[in-house]
Amino acid sequence: MISDYFKVIRGGLNSTFQDQGRENLYHIGIPFSGVMDKRNYLITNRLINNGKDEPVLEFAFQGPCLKYFGNKRNIVVTGEINFMLARNNSEKEKGECYKTIEINNGDVIDIISTNKSVYGYFSVSGGFKIDKVWNSYSTTARANVGPNNGCKLVNGQKILLNEKKPIFNRQLNFVNRKIEFIRVLKGTNFDYFSQNSINNFFSTDFEVTKLTDRMGMRLKGVKLNNLKKTNIKSEGLVKGTIQVPADGNPIILLSDHGTIGGYPKFGVIISADYDKLVQIPPGTKIKFKKIELKDAENLYKLYNMETNNILNKIL
Amino acid sequence: MIKNIVNLGDAAIYCDFGEEVTKDVNSKVIKYFRTLKNKNLKGITNLAPSYNKLIITFDLNETTFIELKNNILNLKLDDETKNESSKISIPICCDKEYSLDIDRLEEKLNKSKSDIIKIFINKTYFCYMTGFVAGMPFLGDIDDKIQLNRLETPRVKVPKGSVGITEQFCNVYTFESPGGWNIIGNTPKSIFDSTHKKKPNLINPGDEITFYEISKKDYIKFYDK
Repeated sequence: MISDYFKVIRGGLNSTFQDQGRENLYHIGIPFSGVMDKRNYLITNRLINNGKDEPVLEFAFQGPCLKYFGNKRNIVVTGEINFMLARNNSEKEKGECYKTIEINNGDVIDIISTNKSVYGYFSVSGGFKIDKVWNSYSTTARANVGPNNGCKLVNGQKILLNEKKPIFNRQLNFVNRKIEFIRVLKGTNFDYFSQNSINNFFSTDFEVTKLTDRMGMRLKGVKLNNLKKTNIKSEGLVKGTIQVPADGNPIILLSDHGTIGGYPKFGVIISADYDKLVQIPPGTKIKFKKIELKDAENLYKLYNMETNNILNKIL
Repeated sequence: MIKNIVNLGDAAIYCDFGEEVTKDVNSKVIKYFRTLKNKNLKGITNLAPSYNKLIITFDLNETTFIELKNNILNLKLDDETKNESSKISIPICCDKEYSLDIDRLEEKLNKSKSDIIKIFINKTYFCYMTGFVAGMPFLGDIDDKIQLNRLETPRVKVPKGSVGITEQFCNVYTFESPGGWNIIGNTPKSIFDSTHKKKPNLINPGDEITFYEISKKDYIKFYDK
């Protein structure tokens, strides 16, 4: 029996399978990877009635265009996404996010673009038929680690699906809220920088540049002046680290980051603000605010509570 | 043995073993790394050992900085396990096309290209750690005479196979990636292979590495194989 599948008409810019990430391989140089926006990932799986650790398709800016072959199923798209459905009877519909949509044999889903955001998610009832690699469905495309041979979706390939499960029609009234400040904890080399630079970092705007992807986000703004040493002995890194090379322009490390680096660590973005940070598109200005560890831990609890409240609204 | 433990963000611990980078300090880091890997403490999600630091990430839903810090301070270290290290020889081509920073090296070190390469080849290197990109080995120590800082602005793309030097260290870029090391040449040998599920890394901490120079013709031939 041939399983249901999608044919990839257009892979999109950066479409990969992801779950909550791959643990315990930092020491050989493999980062967590995993979904950039965890809240939208959890919402996606809940809406489509898949398990909370099931893989989804993540895309950035321009998403994939997929033609469906199989029996009736549901799909869902989350994020702030413009997408269209071309039905097999050649009718066209504008897609609605956070709502399950029925598809039939021959329907085409065209995920055109993210709107004032970077990442979006797509899934299907029953889920994708892919294998875990090193205990995770996440893709680290740079190291070719993960399902789909560790690669991004390419034009013409097929995506096989698991057997379908009973279909539920679900929707969620959800708005991706922006926040005024991205909150930061002091890094291990914070005191390398001049007081003036520290003041500037927390009082002026920084622009997210085009040199931004799943690995890192390069910022442009007032240069940070390092008074001590512009190189440190290479050491481990974690996602959210703000490192500052000798040129003074900060780089924030994201989920596919290198696991070791030798630039001083100015700060680290708090876990609670990570989802919001990664969704800020190039060209946008951001502001940072310094807080203490205790506050960051409490904000994470709050973030989790909010996420659970949202998930509990999906019946 | 750990000189200082602080938080790195809200979900990681930063263990500092002191400023010095020696095989001795590095072996202490590795000892903690191996013990923690075996003990499987609650909440730990990743361990990143390096020359003189150990960074431990954890799941904020399962533990906190203070709790894990106490667990690490009270950790009973495993007895020394035997480390079987390998001797590995790596081909390198230093043709102009691959030796991206040779002009900068010649100028800053005030030495000719052939001298720089001779000094580089003429040594056996120790692998301190692997990482940055999958499988990238961090080797040392290179001769004082060819030590230089990183590039001021890192390259957005360093080609796969590039061999870079900075300070007393040397590495091999196992994938195309951003990076700021001074590129001296390129190797056609595969250093990381994700299809080898059990041992994807050719070079592991503790291994001894030497380089031998090959011509551009041999380089291309090596790839064709």
